[in-house]
Amino acid sequence: MWRDALLVGGKDLRIEIRGRVATMQVAPYAMLVLLLFGFAFDQDHNLLTQAAPGLFWVAVLLSSLLAVQRSFAIEATDGTRDGLRLSGLDPAGIFLGKVAAVVIELVALEVLLGVGVVVLFGTRLHDPALLVVSALVASVGLAAAGTVYGMIASGVRGRETLLPLLVLPVVAPVLLAATQCWMAALGSSTTDGWRWLSLLVAFGVIYLALGVVSFSTLVEET
Amino acid sequence: MTVHKGTANQLTRVLGAGSLVTVALTALFGLWLTPPDAVQGQLVRLIYVHPAAATACYVGFGLCALASLAYLWPRTRSRRWDRLAAASAEVGVVFCVITLATGSIWGRGSWGVWWTWDARLTLTALLCAVFLGYLALRRTGGNPESRALTSAIVAVVCVALVPIDHYATSWWTTLHQGDTLMRANPLIHGSQLYTMLLSFVAVGLVFSWLVVHRYRVEVLEDRFEEEGFAVAIAERRAEASAAVQDRPAESAVVGPGPAVAASSSSAGSEMGRDGEVSE
Repeated sequence: MWRDALLVGGKDLRIEIRGRVATMQVAPYAMLVLLLFGFAFDQDHNLLTQAAPGLFWVAVLLSSLLAVQRSFAIEATDGTRDGLRLSGLDPAGIFLGKVAAVVIELVALEVLLGVGVVVLFGTRLHDPALLVVSALVASVGLAAAGTVYGMIASGVRGRETLLPLLVLPVVAPVLLAATQCWMAALGSSTTDGWRWLSLLVAFGVIYLALGVVSFSTLVEET
Repeated sequence: MTVHKGTANQLTRVLGAGSLVTVALTALFGLWLTPPDAVQGQLVRLIYVHPAAATACYVGFGLCALASLAYLWPRTRSRRWDRLAAASAEVGVVFCVITLATGSIWGRGSWGVWWTWDARLTLTALLCAVFLGYLALRRTGGNPESRALTSAIVAVVCVALVPIDHYATSWWTTLHQGDTLMRANPLIHGSQLYTMLLSFVAVGLVFSWLVVHRYRVEVLEDRFEEEGFAVAIAERRAEASAAVQDRPAESAVVGPGPAVAASSSSAGSEMGRDGEVSE
């Protein structure tokens, strides 16, 4: 299973690096979202600093939809889905590989957005460990949930509009928890960030487990 | 194929009549016969709708999850569970919207705002959005078996996340506002209590009436998908053979030459007439 996961994850990342869609489209889109938040808050520096964690995670959430859509768009053409199905790879491995690839893309995006938040909104760091750990765990949760729903939506009509409708309400707790973690980590609130982190871990574990269990059915049926 | 006049039978007629009577009684008691509350005034009348609707919404979602689990379990796999999941989720969403709307009206009168980020409110709104997504997924068409399977997985996953949503929303709201305002709920007694219980009976009846009908609509939709095409072909064949049978009689009167035109026109009129008949 782990070997298969490495294979699929490596393949997805290679396609992304060669195709340059993630770097030329998704990353600029995420930065654009940050800029638009700046416009919406009308240059109010205090307000932007206060809201920076939430805005950051909304930007990540919106970009993660694109990343997941990409992850399944590359399987849509030339009958690659059937190829994947016939390849004899463990479905759980396919799932984990796809999740890993999306996580790596999201983490790269988060680094970029983090720099953007510091530069554009002028935030300061308070607890870097919490910041990094919560970002990693939240990315795993987002990628796992996104991949499960991406697989479900990839086989049906109107998948472009269906995916956000399915994913966004489900990952709302990730947005809540990650934002609270970051508010604590950036020193803009006195909440116990580590308690929120446990929620992020629970979400990630549940979705990873569900994905591993259900992916063979989803690969066969969708 | 037997012709269905509708989705009703003796049971649903009794259920429907019961729903009508109890809803009318609840309205009568709730709006006229019970007194206004000492603290909340006329606003208290919303408790004859809101708690019952909220319960129906949660029962609907729970029923959807249980039916989906039953569908996923190989031994109990049957399209019946899939239909029940679809019916109860849809009715659950209807009651969820009623719950949010009445809650919002109550909030406006009681708290002064249409919406507040209370844990229960937020959780209900999230659940509503999640199940709207589920219903959208069900509407995407495709092979019924695989649709049933994927939507069952989605329903189970959605409900499995309710504890996470619960913790997230309650931790979050306790950060923002120390106390949940639902505690302002007054003690109720006497006629108010009976009316509230009556409202639960009324909503329960309406809920089951809707679910039964919605289930039967699912059955009809499935039958239409499976047999619709074959039935349409059989009907066209019957028309064609009827047209052929008409022909000798007409040709005997008119003769061989114009008979072709006559039969074709009779076939045409047959088609036109049938368009009305088949409705």
